[in-house]
Amino acid sequence: MKPTIERPAPAPEPEPLGDQVKLPKSVKAIARTRRKEAALRTWRQYRKSKMGMAGLGILIFFVLVAIFAPVLASRCELSPTCASGPILSPPSWQYPLGTDDLGRSVLALVIWGSRISIAVGLAATLITVVIGTSFGLAAGYYGGWRESALMRVTDWFLVIPFLPLAIVLSVILTPSLTTVILVIGITSWASTARVVRAQVLSLKTRTYVERSRALGASHWHLMSRHILPNVGPLIFANTVLIVAVAILSETTLSFLNLGPDPATNISWGTILEFAFGGGAAFSNDWWWIVPPGLAVVLVVLAFTMIGYALDEILNPKLRAR
Amino acid sequence: MSTRRYLFSKIAQAFLTLAFVLAFNFFLFRGLGDPVSLLLHGHASLTPSAIADLKQQLGLDLPLPQQFLHYINETLHGNLGYSYDGTPVSTVIASKTWPTLLLIGLSTIASIVIGIWVGIKQGWKRGSGFDQSMLGVTLVLYSMPEFWFGLLMIMLFAVTFQIFPTGGMTTPGADYTGAKHVADVLNHMALPFFVLTLAYLAEYSIIMRSSLLETLGEDFITTARSKGMMEKRVLYRHAVPNALLPTMTVTILSLGFVISGVITIEIIFSWPGLGLETYNAILNKDYSMLQGLFLLFSAAVIFANLVADLLYSYLDPRVRAA
Amino acid sequence: MSLLSVDELQVTYQTQGGPVPAVRGVAFELARGEVLGLAGESGCGKSTIAGAILRLLPKGTDVSGRVLLDDQNVLELKPGKLRAVRWTEASIVFQGAMHALNPVQRIGDQIAEPIILHGQAGEREALVRAGSLLEQVGLPARRLRDYPHELSGGQRQRVMIAMALACSPRLIIADEPTTALDVMVQAQVLRLLKELQRELGLAMIFITHDLSVLVETCDRLAVMYAGRIIEEGAADTVFRQPAHPYTRALSAAFPEIGDARFRMHPAGLPGDPPYPADLPSGCTFHPRCPDAFGPCSTVDPPLFDVSPGRRAACLLLDAGRASLRAAARTDDHADDDLPAEGQG
Repeated sequence: MKPTIERPAPAPEPEPLGDQVKLPKSVKAIARTRRKEAALRTWRQYRKSKMGMAGLGILIFFVLVAIFAPVLASRCELSPTCASGPILSPPSWQYPLGTDDLGRSVLALVIWGSRISIAVGLAATLITVVIGTSFGLAAGYYGGWRESALMRVTDWFLVIPFLPLAIVLSVILTPSLTTVILVIGITSWASTARVVRAQVLSLKTRTYVERSRALGASHWHLMSRHILPNVGPLIFANTVLIVAVAILSETTLSFLNLGPDPATNISWGTILEFAFGGGAAFSNDWWWIVPPGLAVVLVVLAFTMIGYALDEILNPKLRAR
Repeated sequence: MSTRRYLFSKIAQAFLTLAFVLAFNFFLFRGLGDPVSLLLHGHASLTPSAIADLKQQLGLDLPLPQQFLHYINETLHGNLGYSYDGTPVSTVIASKTWPTLLLIGLSTIASIVIGIWVGIKQGWKRGSGFDQSMLGVTLVLYSMPEFWFGLLMIMLFAVTFQIFPTGGMTTPGADYTGAKHVADVLNHMALPFFVLTLAYLAEYSIIMRSSLLETLGEDFITTARSKGMMEKRVLYRHAVPNALLPTMTVTILSLGFVISGVITIEIIFSWPGLGLETYNAILNKDYSMLQGLFLLFSAAVIFANLVADLLYSYLDPRVRAA
Repeated sequence: MSLLSVDELQVTYQTQGGPVPAVRGVAFELARGEVLGLAGESGCGKSTIAGAILRLLPKGTDVSGRVLLDDQNVLELKPGKLRAVRWTEASIVFQGAMHALNPVQRIGDQIAEPIILHGQAGEREALVRAGSLLEQVGLPARRLRDYPHELSGGQRQRVMIAMALACSPRLIIADEPTTALDVMVQAQVLRLLKELQRELGLAMIFITHDLSVLVETCDRLAVMYAGRIIEEGAADTVFRQPAHPYTRALSAAFPEIGDARFRMHPAGLPGDPPYPADLPSGCTFHPRCPDAFGPCSTVDPPLFDVSPGRRAACLLLDAGRASLRAAARTDDHADDDLPAEGQG
């Protein structure tokens, strides 16, 4: 026989929220606050990543250089008429990065080059992301023959080697600033499309999408309200990495003289083209070759580090582990 | 048998892709203008009757769809048009293929072998000094324009230390044969080979590393360990064969980049291959040559993809059944 | 002489969030040919014990205590000896054979591998033995050449069993061998395990959260909660006359023995199993216990003897505790009217 036991007091009820919580007024406001909180959470997590913060620091530095280029070096220094320095002289107090074969300060060239290199990278990425996301979203969402057709096109662009395709397109469209941006955009969207489609496919089967559809939601509503916001973070992380590749691509195309007209727009790749054309490597004019290339490396590194850091945080596959 | 069906479907896909390349090539360049004016672009002009003759020869008086068929027919027979100086494109390509093949072939093999070895070592000893430092190194290599890296190497090893020649495939003027010739070529190939290998090593090591890490988390690795086998065996007989599969997929995708890279490398090293030829074609506005080269590059990647696909199906029994 | 003797086993995982104590002092004995069932909800530490016995836990995990397998302390064996012991003395049948088999290796090779590794036979002989093992588990020998994805879930589980028998071990640890299977297939696999155990005189540790399964197949039963064994004894008695409130809740969830329709999420037990890194004070079960009283939140009960061979960790079974309780209630002297404990 069991001894008599005191019944313990029942667990206390959780306290009501009371005045501690401000209740949002509408569904939209709820969504907005939630998204703001998510963004803040992401930032707080991002701050912890050493790689991410280092990359961000480097990027901010170069963006500032690009923005304040006119302050740091006069535009005139880019044109051969203003160039007043000695030809091909190594770094000195007056010319910290030396001069090129026209007497221009390499430092000025690199400072101004940042504008084109970074701007083209960003612009081309915009095109890439827009095309890639549209393709991936449509393919993943609609399925069926539409998906097959879209993915065929995507796969084609994935298979064809980048530079030969870019060269062919650039030659046909005649090289210019806009051409370079377009060409890089057109040749780079395929991998984004793939990534987006995979994510859409996994989202399509989530219950809230099915429920929404049962309630009669239109395709557009589903795509823009349910799927796109959830694909968004993944696209963002992917985008940052795309910028890195775009900058490398622009550098290469400019090096091949398929970039913007060097008389008006100089990028880091253009400087390298000048240097190579001027036989800098064989004359060991290292100050002409190292700085522009180093700038490219640093900016690409920055974007890559930021992209990896973001990917760790935003990629659902990595998060789940 | 499902393997045969898989083979057929992959080969059919490859041909379809190639067909699109042909169509792309044809219609894109037609957009520039008819081939005759392109041929004559900036060069000596011909009399109107000669132009008419040429047009008829090239079949330009026919309707567009027929021209397209004509183009395909010509291409399949190896006639890729004429370069700006009159030489048949196919002849030029034929003579320049071997140097590029040599360079790409050897450097890709080295890249893959070294990259995979590094990736395995990194994944197996995750977080070790080797792993961390390699991550840093590969990250930097990844961010470098390969031709800039090449220029640095030229300045360092060819100009400053004069260990290797600055360019070309053979020593100009010298007429070596046999072993001396081979040695000469290898000597000239050393720097471009080194640059190309390092430039794409990161692709393979990074994917191998993450693939191995993922595989090591799988249950069958615990099963293998519990059977009482040595760690090395767990790694090489169980983990790596499974981890190699996703690595192969990325290897496939990287081939396009290697071709892109070899173009700029050949330029800076004056390596007389298809890449250098491409550069010349750009400078000379040699559209026929560019068309032919684009076709060849694409065909090469498509073919390589096909081979890699088939290899993958051989390695992964699950693919064959699907 | 017991085949396996576990004493004071503690396992602490090192995670990003800090150390997580998965097993907090477990002890039990297993005699030759005996079948011990280890029951409990997810996270209670039972699978960890399986890994600990053969030292298969991730690097960096803290394992202390003694695991005597045939008088050798497995935890102190040098790597070479450890590898020799694995599979030949004790083997594991893993759960979810879906991922526990190498996808790119034929199953015949996977079964034969340990045989060859431990020098018990050459390549050809090992494959022959693998074939006969397959037949023993009810699969045709020609399936040696198949890959894991070509088999169904139930067939893969049989392959796991055949593989576990490859080196003729004396102890088999079955870690949730039927969890991922359909009910009908479950019954088949269980029957197979029972037959093999009897035929070969194997000792078995049967780990599962499905209590009904254990009652059929085990001699003894140990129930785990939050990293500790909170009740153990003869399988039948523990199930029909549980001493610990937790065991009571579990067995009450099965109105009929063997009625596998009722999965073991203890119906009627509020709350969730505690997170190992954040355990309640005192008796870890007290927040969910219908019979909890005063000292339960401060005192962590050891295993008390209920009857010979039967123990349970509940303050309700502590004779001394009961008198203290009475003393606290009636102001200083023990209440002599309280009936004797220990007849739960």
